[in-house]
Amino acid sequence: MEIEKESLVLSRQFEKVNAILRKYSHNVDNLIAILQEIQSEYRYLPEEILTYVATALQVSPAHVYGVATFYAQFSLEPKGEHIIRVCDGTACHVKGSAQILKAVRENLGLREGENTTSDLMFTVETVACIGACALAPALMVDEEVYGQMDEEKVQQLVDHLLGEGEKVDAV
Amino acid sequence: MNEKIAKKAVVVDGQEIILNGEKNILEVAKKANIEIPTFCYHSDLSVYGACRMCLVEVEGRGLMPACSTSPEAGMVIKTTTSRVLQARRMIVEFYLANHERDCTVCERNLNCRLQAIAASLGIDEVRFGEREEKLPRDTSTFSLVRDPNRCILCGDCVRACKEIENIGIYDFTQRGSQTKVEPAFGKKLSEVECVYCGQCSVRCPTGALVVKSEVNSAWEAVLDSDLMVVAQIAPAVRVAIGEAFGLPPGEITTGKIVAALKKIGFDRVYDTAFSADLTVIEEAEEFFRRLQKGERLPQFTSCCPSWVIYAERNYPFYLENLSSARSPQQMFGSVIKNFIYEAENTPREKIVSVSIMPCTAKKFEARRPEFIHDEIPDVDIVLTAQETIRMIKTANIDFKELDPLPFDVPLGAGSGAGVIFGVTGGVTEAVLRYAYERLTGQELKEVEFKGVRGMDSTREAEVDFGGRKVKVAIVHGLANAQKLVKDMRSGERYYDFVEVMNCPGGCIGGGGMPLEYPDYQEVLRRRAEGLYNADRLSVVRKAQDNPSIKFLYEKWLKEANSEIAEHHLHTHYYSRRRISDEMIRIQEAKSAQKVDIAVCVGTSCYLKGSYDLLQELLELTKEYGVEDRVSVGATFCLERCTEGPNIRINEEVFSGISKDNLRQIFEEAVLSKLVAETH
Ligand code: SF4
Ligand code: SF4
Ligand code: SF4
Ligand code: FES
Ligand code: FES
Ligand code: FES
Repeated sequence: MEIEKESLVLSRQFEKVNAILRKYSHNVDNLIAILQEIQSEYRYLPEEILTYVATALQVSPAHVYGVATFYAQFSLEPKGEHIIRVCDGTACHVKGSAQILKAVRENLGLREGENTTSDLMFTVETVACIGACALAPALMVDEEVYGQMDEEKVQQLVDHLLGEGEKVDAV
Repeated sequence: MNEKIAKKAVVVDGQEIILNGEKNILEVAKKANIEIPTFCYHSDLSVYGACRMCLVEVEGRGLMPACSTSPEAGMVIKTTTSRVLQARRMIVEFYLANHERDCTVCERNLNCRLQAIAASLGIDEVRFGEREEKLPRDTSTFSLVRDPNRCILCGDCVRACKEIENIGIYDFTQRGSQTKVEPAFGKKLSEVECVYCGQCSVRCPTGALVVKSEVNSAWEAVLDSDLMVVAQIAPAVRVAIGEAFGLPPGEITTGKIVAALKKIGFDRVYDTAFSADLTVIEEAEEFFRRLQKGERLPQFTSCCPSWVIYAERNYPFYLENLSSARSPQQMFGSVIKNFIYEAENTPREKIVSVSIMPCTAKKFEARRPEFIHDEIPDVDIVLTAQETIRMIKTANIDFKELDPLPFDVPLGAGSGAGVIFGVTGGVTEAVLRYAYERLTGQELKEVEFKGVRGMDSTREAEVDFGGRKVKVAIVHGLANAQKLVKDMRSGERYYDFVEVMNCPGGCIGGGGMPLEYPDYQEVLRRRAEGLYNADRLSVVRKAQDNPSIKFLYEKWLKEANSEIAEHHLHTHYYSRRRISDEMIRIQEAKSAQKVDIAVCVGTSCYLKGSYDLLQELLELTKEYGVEDRVSVGATFCLERCTEGPNIRINEEVFSGISKDNLRQIFEEAVLSKLVAETH
């Protein structure tokens, strides 16, 4: 079932890439807009798609890559639908943000070097101070801030995000 | 403005200089004998104006970059004020802060622009810290080594590869403190479309892009008395190696190079101009045959390996138009390993063949599998002019004072025609000198074809061979070659013979030549003049008059394009992919019993409409209800571009796919497998 769904998504996405290229008349002047639309389709810019875009626009892959890495809005890594930002600012660091990060990753089943879950639902990042030092250690899920985290709370939070267990209150 | 200054003059450091069309303050200062330091200025590239090294003070206007400021009458320019010095110091310190500074173990030690400028400014401390991150070096090609830790982000390589090559391997990536200059996706040079020409490296002001050195293996060979080491010297290097020893560009130092190599321990030293003569004859005869049959025209030259690999990747439709004649380097390599070894009574595996080249791409050419037989390459070691200079220095030879020595006999002598192979237009002129006599049966009195000479990017000429008019074109720099090919494809231009050299000026502008900043164009002009002088001084000026060539045909090859010659002096070409293996997944089969299909969307197939085939194919899988058992992906080149569009079904490649035959192929090669497997 899973794979079937994934396969459908893949071919629809690729069709979309071609539609986007057509929409912008294969004109490299529109590269940024093209990349924006492709990113909203894939939620990131896969390397082979960028190579394909370069072929279709007849420019060097280095040029496309240069533009894709210059703008902060573009991501070359897969991004999950939800972004979990674990704060590693000074206050949170002192209060054990490392444990929190570890707990988040473990609960999501992320392997070493992996920051996004394979179903593309969650991406885990660290950030510097999110302005909730009084509640350190803190983290954010998309726009919501969660404070005074500990391992138990992390587990609860992740369970809830995965559609099980109880809601954890945001700040 | 100062009224006392003569009209149309500026003052540079107190000296009045009359303006005469100088493009920028650098050129004006030069007239006042001031060489302003620069990193990002090259006379043959666009002006970038970003390194700020060239700041000078202009009265009333403050600090201005000399490379991108046009001189205006009345300007009072000071090139060394305390503000200027302070600014330059600061800039260099900034560069150094982010730069790996172990100069003593850098390939560019004492040959580095950053180092030289730091030294001239007397930098004795760097106030802004050290480079923190150590990035891996790229040693993946035979030609170049890229060390990002020594990059100062001047962008010279970016512009060189874009403007001269129109390939665009590098670009600025990331931003802020993370900014880098690198190939797409941070890939290695071997994984991108690099043609190994070294145009980037020869303009890089630091040790970030250097020639991959084979000096150690060369020393090992010459110091091993068991081995017989045979060198060949390419035309272009003879007018450039002297530059590293205080001689002007263009000075002919052939005899000194021979003498130096002998001192170093080379057993035989031959002239690549000799095998260039061989190339002339083999290539010209091939051309006559094509002319007669009216096939495979235009004929393109194939002695430049960067052009050849570029054509293999991008011009599948012209592969059979490339001359099958091997390049002079490879012809000589073949002569050494198939003929000379016998004459020398030395077993093949005891002979080491070394070529002294202007070119980084020749290192790659020597490793093409076609030129390696039973694991013995025809050319074992390729040394660029830069590496040869290094060896001469290691041996502590006083090059300037050396007495010249002649090449070894009997295969040492090349004609003047062979010598001019090193400059753009040279191959064409050499072929014309042969063709004229061969086709008209008359002696050619005026051997110089001035019409094909010069530095214009594209030149053409029409030559009358007793009634048959032949149109030739000459182009240098791949960007220019691409334009020419485009016009030829569209039918706008037609030629019978086209000479293509990757490097500006031809091989005299090769990526392995001595580094020259920043007025490269002037250096090229002088090197070209040097080669034409060498031709004029030659006793023999036509390939067909070269007695050594006659000797070789008599003793070994019999005649031009004979079976032996075809076997040992000719080659063939392949379509090659431009991009290392990548696959776009489009449909994943979930069943274990499945068929994998890859549709090529590489440039060639893409332009032939492979995207539509891909859509068609997806439709077919739906129509037959086998989506769950057929994986479909898109790949970038299956290396059969001539026959495209291509698709690969499991391991088998199917060519010439069109909407008309796709269904049949699908039924026969895909469905049948699925049926067979389910039963
Ligand atoms: S070697 Fe030539 S093709 Fe390769 S990156 Fe340098 S300039 Fe470009
Ligand atoms: S590699 Fe060399 S030429 Fe290219 S940006 Fe860095 S320092 Fe400049
Ligand atoms: S033009 Fe000459 S030096 Fe340049 S890549 Fe070609 S063969 Fe080498
Ligand atoms: S340090 Fe974590 S919220 Fe300020
Ligand atoms: S800004 Fe003038 S040389 Fe770079
Ligand atoms: S582009 Fe080379 S085989 Fe398709």
